[in-house]
Amino acid sequence: MSQSSGYMASRLDWWSVGLYALFVLMGWMSIYSAVYNPEAPLGLFDAAFYTSNAGKQLIWIGTSFVLIMFIFALDFRFFESFAPVIYGLFILLLILVPFLGVTINGSHSWFKIGTITIQPAEFAKTATALLLAKYLNDPQVSLNRFRDQWKAALIMGVPILLIIGSNETGSALVFVSFIILLYREGLPSEYPGLLLGGIFLFVSALILKPLTIFILLLIMAGMLVLLMPIYLQRMYQTYVKIALGISVIMSLAMLVEWVVNNVLKEHQRNRIKVLLDPDFDPRGLGYQVTQSKIAIGSGGFWGKGYLGGTQTKFDFVPEQSTDFIFCTIGEEFGFVGVAGIIILFMVFLWRLMYLADLQRSRFARAYGFGVVGILFFHFLVNIGMTIGLMPIMGIPLPFFSYGGSSLWSFTILLFIFLKLDSHRSDMLSR
Amino acid sequence: MFEGRRLILFLVFVSIGLVFIGKLFYLQLLDDTYEKAADNNAIRKIIQVPFRGEVYDRKGKLIVYNTPVYDVYITPRKAVVQDTNRFCKLFGVTRGYFDTITKQARAYSRVKPSLFLKHLSKEDFARIQDAMVDYPGFSITTTAFRTYQSIAFSNALGYVAEINPNSLKDQRDDYYRQGDYVGISGIESYYEDVLRGQRGVKYRMVNSNGVEKGDYKKGKLDVNPVAGKNLYTSIDIRLQEYADSLMMHKVGSVVAIEPSTGEILTMVSAPSYDPSLLAGRNFSKYYQKLALDPLKPLINRPPSAYYRPGSTFKLVQALVGQQLGIISAGSVFGHAGAPVKCHSHNTSHNDLHNAIQWSCNPYFYHAFRKILYDGTTGNTYERSAQGLQRWSDLVANFGFGRKLGVDVSNEKKGNLPTVDYYNKVYKGENTWKFSNIYSLSIGEGEMVVSPLKMANFAAIIANRGWYIPPHLVKGIGEKRTMDPFYKNPVSVGVDAKYFPVVIQGMQDAVLHGTVGADGRIPDITMCGKTGTSQNKKGKDHSIFIAFAPKDNPKIAIAVFVENAGFGGFAAAPIASLIIEKYLKGRVDRKAVETKFMNMNYLANVTYNRPVKKVSSDSLRK
Repeated sequence: MSQSSGYMASRLDWWSVGLYALFVLMGWMSIYSAVYNPEAPLGLFDAAFYTSNAGKQLIWIGTSFVLIMFIFALDFRFFESFAPVIYGLFILLLILVPFLGVTINGSHSWFKIGTITIQPAEFAKTATALLLAKYLNDPQVSLNRFRDQWKAALIMGVPILLIIGSNETGSALVFVSFIILLYREGLPSEYPGLLLGGIFLFVSALILKPLTIFILLLIMAGMLVLLMPIYLQRMYQTYVKIALGISVIMSLAMLVEWVVNNVLKEHQRNRIKVLLDPDFDPRGLGYQVTQSKIAIGSGGFWGKGYLGGTQTKFDFVPEQSTDFIFCTIGEEFGFVGVAGIIILFMVFLWRLMYLADLQRSRFARAYGFGVVGILFFHFLVNIGMTIGLMPIMGIPLPFFSYGGSSLWSFTILLFIFLKLDSHRSDMLSR
Repeated sequence: MFEGRRLILFLVFVSIGLVFIGKLFYLQLLDDTYEKAADNNAIRKIIQVPFRGEVYDRKGKLIVYNTPVYDVYITPRKAVVQDTNRFCKLFGVTRGYFDTITKQARAYSRVKPSLFLKHLSKEDFARIQDAMVDYPGFSITTTAFRTYQSIAFSNALGYVAEINPNSLKDQRDDYYRQGDYVGISGIESYYEDVLRGQRGVKYRMVNSNGVEKGDYKKGKLDVNPVAGKNLYTSIDIRLQEYADSLMMHKVGSVVAIEPSTGEILTMVSAPSYDPSLLAGRNFSKYYQKLALDPLKPLINRPPSAYYRPGSTFKLVQALVGQQLGIISAGSVFGHAGAPVKCHSHNTSHNDLHNAIQWSCNPYFYHAFRKILYDGTTGNTYERSAQGLQRWSDLVANFGFGRKLGVDVSNEKKGNLPTVDYYNKVYKGENTWKFSNIYSLSIGEGEMVVSPLKMANFAAIIANRGWYIPPHLVKGIGEKRTMDPFYKNPVSVGVDAKYFPVVIQGMQDAVLHGTVGADGRIPDITMCGKTGTSQNKKGKDHSIFIAFAPKDNPKIAIAVFVENAGFGGFAAAPIASLIIEKYLKGRVDRKAVETKFMNMNYLANVTYNRPVKKVSSDSLRK
C-alpha cells in the first residue's frame, strides 16, 4: 500500500487497460441497445433506468472500478501469499452453496448478501489460477513428472467436481482452459494432443456412423504401416498394437454414443443435437441458435446502426444481454463490428501473453497464462454458440455480457494480473 | 523454457478467430435467408381496410352501406380461460368447438393470433365486449359487410366478394392481396377504384411474443387509410322496387331513363336474388346455388342480354328512311309484293303514321328496299352494299352495334350488320343483296340489341334526336363529381322535323293500335311501340319501348319479357304501370297491376342447358 498512484500509473499496462475499458463500454452500449425501447427511451437520470439491465450494468461497472482500486491498493505479494487462503475460501463457498445458496434463473449456485447476488463458481476459477500458479512457482515442480501433474490436476479437480455437483457443467468446463496455463508451463504436448484428439473423436462419433469411423481407422492404419520402417512392418507386435489402438478408439467412439444417450441430461443432449443439425426444432430447442443467427445474419456488412436492431431489441434472442450479447453487436454493427471485436480480442490475448512472458516470476507468468486461457475459453464458447459452432452453454462473453458476478470476476481476474505485471521489476529485486 | 509455446497458442487463437470471422462472413454477407427471416420476425404489417363507399338513390335514400362485423382472435400463449363453461356460454360456442379451435390454434402457433370466431354481429360484440378484459389472449378485429336497404337493386349494383385467383394474378396495379374484397359486377365492379378507398398500412415492431413495441421507423412508411367515396346514383329506388315486383315470375329486363339527362331511373333484371345472401359468411353456399341456376339470376340482363329488336326497330327505319330522303310521312306502301305477313289493319291509306300505329311489316319491307336501292348504282349486289352502307352509318348513331358506355360492368355491343359484316357472313363482296337481308327491315335477322340500348332509343325519340349516354351514377363523393361524358348530349344525325310523325304513330299505337287496353294509362299520353323478338328456341320475347308524356317527356322505357309472346301483351302493360307510377307517384289501375304482378311466364322459358333442381329460397322469381 506504500506505492503512490503515480508509480502505479507509470507501470500499468495501458494497452490492456484501454482494451478492457473499450470492451466494457461496447458491452454496456449493447446492453443499453438490447433493452432500449424506442417508444420510451430512458435517460441516465430516470429512476426507472436503474432497474433496467443497462442501468444495473452501469452500477456493476462503477463497482468494478472500486474493485480495481482495491486490487491496486493491495500489496502485490498478497496474491501469491494468500493464494491457498483464497482458494480454500472459495472451495468452502462452493461446498456451502447447495445449503445456503439461492436459486436464480434455475441455477442453484448463488449467494445472496443483501441485494447483491454472487456466484462463487465465477470466482473459483480466479482462485484456482492463483493456486496453480503458486504451486508451479516452486522450482522443484516439473510438469513432466506424473506426480506433479497429478497434484496440479487435484487443484483443478476439487472445484470442478463441486461445480458439477451444483449442476453447472458449463462453468466446470471453463477449467479445461487451464490446459493452456499448464501447457505453457511445460506440460508435455501429449496432453493437449489427447484433449484435441478426444474432442475430435467425440465430434466424429456424433456425426459419423461407427462403421465409417472403423473404415477411416483402417485406412489410417494402412497408411501408417506403409510409412513405417521395414523392420517395424515385419514385427507382429506392430499389428497387435494397431489392432489394440483401433479397438480402443472404436470402443471410445461407442462410449461417446452411450454417454450422450445415457449420461448426459435431456437438455444437454438436445443442445448437442441442435449443434449438429441447425434445423432441429427451430421453434423449440433450436430457437435460441436460430434467432441468434437471424439476428447476426440480418446485420449485413455495416449493420443496422446503433439502436437500430430489430431482432435483438425485442427479446427474440433469449438471454439477450447476458450470453447472447454478441448478437446485438452483430445486428447493429454488422460484419465490420464483429470482425473488429474478434480482432481486438486477438490483440488483447496477444498482449496478455506477451506481458506474461515478460514476467520474471513463474507465479505471475503462470497466472498470466491462466488469465489468457480463461478469457480465450469464454471467447471460444460464447461467440461459437451465438453463430452455431458450439453447443449452448451458460458462458458469458468476458467484459461484454450483462451481469455483476461475471463482470466483477473477469475484472478481478484481469487486474490481479495487471497488478502483478506492474510489479514485475519489484519481483526481480526480491 | 517453452517460450515458443506462446506462438503456438497464439496460432491456435488466431485460427479459431479466423474460423469465426469466416462463419460470420457467411452469415452476414453471403446468406440472405437470415436477413429475410429477421424482417418477418420483427416487423408486423397491419393492414387497415377502409369502409367501402355507400350507395344512394336519386332522392338521397341509402341503398347500400357497411355493417361492421367482428372477428375474435386467440393467442394461445396468452390465453387464460379459468371457467371454460362460462366462457363458452358468453361467446355462444360449444365446449367441443372451443377445444377444437384452441387446439388448432396452439398447433399453428402459440404466440401468433389465430381466428377463433368469425363475423360476430354488433349485438354479439356488445355482449362480450365488457367481458373481454377478463380473457387475455383474445383480441378483436373489425371488418365490414355490405348491407342492403333494398333487395330490388341487386343485379345492376353487383356484389362484393373475395377476389378470385385469376383477378389477383392479372391485376394492373398490384393492389389486391389474397382474401381482399372486390366488386364483382355492376356498379360495385365499375366503380371499384372509387368505392374501395385506399387501404392503409401500418408497420409495427413486435417482439418474439408478438407484442407490439412501437412504430417501425417512427411510422415513416405508414400509409393512412382513405375511406371509399359514396356513390349518388340516378336510380329511383321506389320505382326500381315497383318494377322489380312487376317482373316477378318473369325473365327479362326493365330499363327506364330520364330522357333529358340520360339518368337511369330503373334497371331491373329478372329473375333476381337477395343481395344480402352474397354479403356475409354464407357467400360460397349461396353463390354456388345462384351460379348454377339455369335462369341465371346473377346476370345483369339490361346491358348484356341479346335480343332481336323486332318491330320496335321499325321506328329506326322510319327515322333513317326520312333522314336519307327516301321516304316521307306521306309515303304509302301496300301489303302486296312483300314476303312478310301483316296483321289485319286498314290499308286503305297505309302511310308512315299508319304503318307505325299498326306495325305494318310489308310497309317497312318496301321502305327498307327503297333505302338500299334508291339512288344507288350498279347491279343489285352493288346497290345493296351502297345502300346498306349509308343506312348503317346512320343507324350506328343511335348506339346500335357498339357500347353506349353505361357505368356498369359487362355491357355488350350487340350487333349492327354492316357491309363488312355481310361480306364476312356471305364470304365475299357482292355476294348478297336486299333479298338476303330484308328481315333487317323489321328488326329481325342479324340485328342484336340489349334492353338498355332500346331504352336509350326511346329516350332519343323522346328528345327528338339526341341522347345523353345513359348512366347510373350522377355524382361521386361529396363533391358529386362526374365524368363529362355523362353530361354532353350526342346527336343521332336525324333532324327533329322527322320525329313528329313517328311519335304520333307511337301515340296512336298505344291508344288504338297494337297495344291492348291493359297498356293504356287514361290520363297520361304515352307514346310506345311494341315488338316481338323472334325466338327460334321457344315462345317469342315480348318487347315494348315507350316514353311519356308526349310533350316534355319525363321517362323513356324499354321492357323485355322473355317467352311472353306478342309485345303488346306483356311488355306494354308493365311499361305503362311503371310510367304511371313514376309520373303520378301511384297506380290507379289496380286490376292491371295485380294481373301482371302475378303473371307467370316461367313455364315458357327455355333453358340452354339441362335444368338442375334449385331450391327456391335463394331465388326471387
